[in-house]
Amino acid sequence: MTPQQTVLFDASGPRARRLTLIGSLVGAVVALGVVFLLLRAVQAKGQLDPTLWLHAVDANAWTNYYLIGLQRTLEAAGLSIVGALAFGLVFGLGRLAQSRLVRWLAGAVVEFFRAVPVLLMMIFFWLLLATADVDNSSFWGVVLGLVLYNGSVVAELVRSGVHGLPQGQREGALSVGLTRGQSLRSVELPQALVAMLPALVSQLVVVLKDSALGAIISYPELLQSARRLGAGQGNMLQTLAVAAVMFILINWALTRLAEYLSHSLRRTSGRVGIEGAGLETGAGLGTGVTVAAADLPVPGDEGRQPGRGR
Amino acid sequence: MEDYLTIVREYDVLGAFWVNIQLAFWAAILSLVLGSALALFRISPVPTLRWLATAYVTVFRNTPLTIIMVFITLGVWGQLGVTLSTDFATNFFRLAVVALSVYHAAFVCEAIRSGVNTVPLGQAEAARAIGLPFLASARLVILPQAFRGSIAPLGNVMIALIKNTTVAAAASVATETSSVMKTMIEFHSSHIFAIFFTFAIGYVILVTPVGLLTTALSRRLAVRR
Repeated sequence: MTPQQTVLFDASGPRARRLTLIGSLVGAVVALGVVFLLLRAVQAKGQLDPTLWLHAVDANAWTNYYLIGLQRTLEAAGLSIVGALAFGLVFGLGRLAQSRLVRWLAGAVVEFFRAVPVLLMMIFFWLLLATADVDNSSFWGVVLGLVLYNGSVVAELVRSGVHGLPQGQREGALSVGLTRGQSLRSVELPQALVAMLPALVSQLVVVLKDSALGAIISYPELLQSARRLGAGQGNMLQTLAVAAVMFILINWALTRLAEYLSHSLRRTSGRVGIEGAGLETGAGLGTGVTVAAADLPVPGDEGRQPGRGR
Repeated sequence: MEDYLTIVREYDVLGAFWVNIQLAFWAAILSLVLGSALALFRISPVPTLRWLATAYVTVFRNTPLTIIMVFITLGVWGQLGVTLSTDFATNFFRLAVVALSVYHAAFVCEAIRSGVNTVPLGQAEAARAIGLPFLASARLVILPQAFRGSIAPLGNVMIALIKNTTVAAAASVATETSSVMKTMIEFHSSHIFAIFFTFAIGYVILVTPVGLLTTALSRRLAVRR
């Protein structure tokens, strides 16, 4: 029994259980029928031919295409998440700074990079670096685009993570004689970082997915490798499906890891982590959705932190 | 400055944004319809339907949009020969709309479901306790609160959708902003900064009102608990 189910539905009696069973069977039959019709349509075009699929998963495909592409995808994503973390820490702290000017500047930068599509940034940096004769301009285009967008998202995570801490943490730090800056750096930020760990892992899913945009600016990552393989053998449908499955498996595993982290954090710290700040949608809507919820009022937020001065 | 303005006039920048707005508009409608249906499946008591919707969301939420775009143009159109219009450009436009809708429907579903999840169990229990039957308690008590709770996440999905229309470049929609920007920079690389900021500011202008509107709406309609 999942919780969202029990909100709408009472525990079912014998008649409801019978209806549910019938509904289940009908649903399964309809779904299988749709899948069958789709497969038959694909079959009619000759695309279920086993040789097409075998060529999409043979040794040549893996060693010369997928694995090389996957490695480049992971390189770009790994470097990007590290860069995004650094960018996010700097600008997240900037948004929490005491100086109004610094706060405003950091806020403007973060809001700007959150509003501009990642692809536009990638194309811009790619062409900018290419005209400056930088090697690997497409790689750096991908990385810079991802760092700026996801860094802004991380900055919002940092900000909402710090805001989500109980007021007493800062009051305690100030009362033992730390300055506001010291309190932020050595008391509030460490706790906020732990609390935002699950959201950060979820952001990695977004980074991985958006790294596939690199195919548009000719960065030879996983999607681009699959496309090249498919174009050569005439089985684009099949190679793209294999690449998609690889992305899905990696991202699914990361999502599960994020869920596990958030679960265990909640258990050890005894309080809702960063989800309390409204970030549980962090499972990653590519290009942009994860965090915009950060600055929204959370139901129950006020209740949990009485006396939080605005 | 003077020659920059002539460059902007030479290309149809506003027309490019109009293409993205149209993509976003149609994809928003389709993804809202599909996503709502999926959300209904996901909160239904029927296990098969729940499982189907969960599988859909897991698959499409974890697939890069770029792959879906390339798949639908090179795979579905190129290899399976599915056409949505006899006109070449319209065909790609519609394929891009389908790809955007299929992808964002998964997020719309999750946004609506998270709205339903904001309703405390006690609300449903209280509705049953005062004798409301299923439909009445759903219509009068649960769904109004769920709808209010899902405005903010839905707004986020719509913002992402607007920005993601640029990925239609991967589906050979050549008149949209990212493709036009690329062409402009390639032919006038000395103005690269001005060109980029023109398009970037355009998106800031497009996206900001949506964000402000949904934030204001969700604040105004927030359920006090």
